[in-house]
Amino acid sequence: MTVKLITLETFYLLIGLVFALVAGGCALDRSHPRRWGSAIFWGLLAIVFGFGKYLPALASGYLVLALVLLAATKQVGPARERPIDRPARAAEAARLGNHLIWPAVLIPVAAVLGTLALKHVHLGGFWFVDPAQVTLISVAFGALLALSAAQKLTGAGRMEPSREGGRLLQTIGWALILPQLLAALGGVFGTTGVGEVVAGLVQRGLPTQFPFVAVAAYCVGMALFTMCMGNAFAAFAVITSGIGLPLIVHQHGGNPAIMASIGMLSGYCGTLMTPMAANFNLVPALLLELPDRNAVVKAQVPIGVVILAANVALMYLCVFRF
Amino acid sequence: MIKLIGIVVVAAGFALRANTLLVVMAAGVATGLVSGLSFNEVIALFGRFFVENRYMTLPIVLIVPVVGVLERHGLQERAEALIKRMRAATAGRVLVAYTAARQLSIALGINIGSSGGGHATMVRPLVAPMAEGAARARHGELREETTHAIRAHAAAAENVGNFFGEDIFVAVGAVLLMKGFFDAQKIPVSVWHLALWGIPTALVAFAATAWRARALDRRIERESAEGKNREERR
Repeated sequence: MTVKLITLETFYLLIGLVFALVAGGCALDRSHPRRWGSAIFWGLLAIVFGFGKYLPALASGYLVLALVLLAATKQVGPARERPIDRPARAAEAARLGNHLIWPAVLIPVAAVLGTLALKHVHLGGFWFVDPAQVTLISVAFGALLALSAAQKLTGAGRMEPSREGGRLLQTIGWALILPQLLAALGGVFGTTGVGEVVAGLVQRGLPTQFPFVAVAAYCVGMALFTMCMGNAFAAFAVITSGIGLPLIVHQHGGNPAIMASIGMLSGYCGTLMTPMAANFNLVPALLLELPDRNAVVKAQVPIGVVILAANVALMYLCVFRF
Repeated sequence: MIKLIGIVVVAAGFALRANTLLVVMAAGVATGLVSGLSFNEVIALFGRFFVENRYMTLPIVLIVPVVGVLERHGLQERAEALIKRMRAATAGRVLVAYTAARQLSIALGINIGSSGGGHATMVRPLVAPMAEGAARARHGELREETTHAIRAHAAAAENVGNFFGEDIFVAVGAVLLMKGFFDAQKIPVSVWHLALWGIPTALVAFAATAWRARALDRRIERESAEGKNREERR
């Protein structure tokens, strides 16, 4: 029998608690412009996160629907902004000096060391952490370690982390759950066979007897389908089995390893260019407090186009030769 | 053909600037209904996948309390002060250096932020303030649009470094996913070949970032010169 002491569920409970604190903070904040809508939003989210594993899928689904409706009817918003006390911050920066950097660096360091070490820690079938989830669990441990280091260093009060963290989470707002919702949409597309339809259209619509057309259709198809799905992994299986394998490998005799490797990276070009890849593009724009939610996508479009063009050329030159 | 309705809904929703959550859910419901699922079946699918993918949101939620506390005590100011001591630093060079470090470390299997976590752990507390600090050290106070442009490019530097270093490491999700795909198709493919053929694109990606970073530096120079001219005329 295997026992895993710490799994991701442990941290989902903790996150549920964080969301519950944010909800409580909203409910108690009389100056909050969207007081009750926000409180209900974060409260429901606390339930889905903390107890999602134990809820029936339909119940979670209706909770998600409620979250979406609250956001769509503009009931969710950030708290009233407090002006930033610049002189106080500068004074603190001078007082604490370079020590301030260490807790921030602790998270990546703990993530790396934990990933390397924790997957070996077990007594027979008794595992300290779930070996399948070591990286994420190490990041989570790193964050907790860094938090206690930061509190000790700065002398911050006990409620300061949840207050400051809650403020940042409210800045991100409903976009926080967009990555998960998009993953769910990808799941629905996968279950209903949307990709096969796309692949069929390309095969019928383009003169793919020319090797270059086949290569271009595959790379651009990976990028476009990733842009629609927001996820290159989801696009890979669909576009490679629909376009790549039958046309490049079977019809024109291309090398499958080169095709797949460059094809996946063409998908990543799509990831750079779409708001659908919310956790890479939209959430960071909000986290960096940019007024234009699409600013990160716009900065990345030239890069994505250049790399995609290079990928088509690279694959055409290499895939039939090696 | 009718199954593509979801893609149409997404495109129309973005064009109309409707709430993104609503657009995504509507696209899923429309796709499910035309494919013969009932409304409750689609909602249950959403519930199942939403719960399965909670890991996507895990790093950022646990990291923001740390970042919030450190920022209140001057982390961004400190990161800026550090970079101001380096005479050769420009915003673009800071970002290129970060992309290179990110690509190299992730190619060696060292992931300093998972699933979008790099934005919370590195970009907001350190990389963006350093890039802004380098620009301020050269050009004095910056216009708001300029700082926004620097921050957007900092997020881009993280994404490019993350995506185009990852595929070179054999034990990472993308390479294993490709391997698994070919195994299922009974086509023999080596993970080493998959990783090796990620290198040319990684080099192109680095060059593209360096090109954009130079463009960013020139833009900062131009915008701050314009700002100063306007002040003199007053």
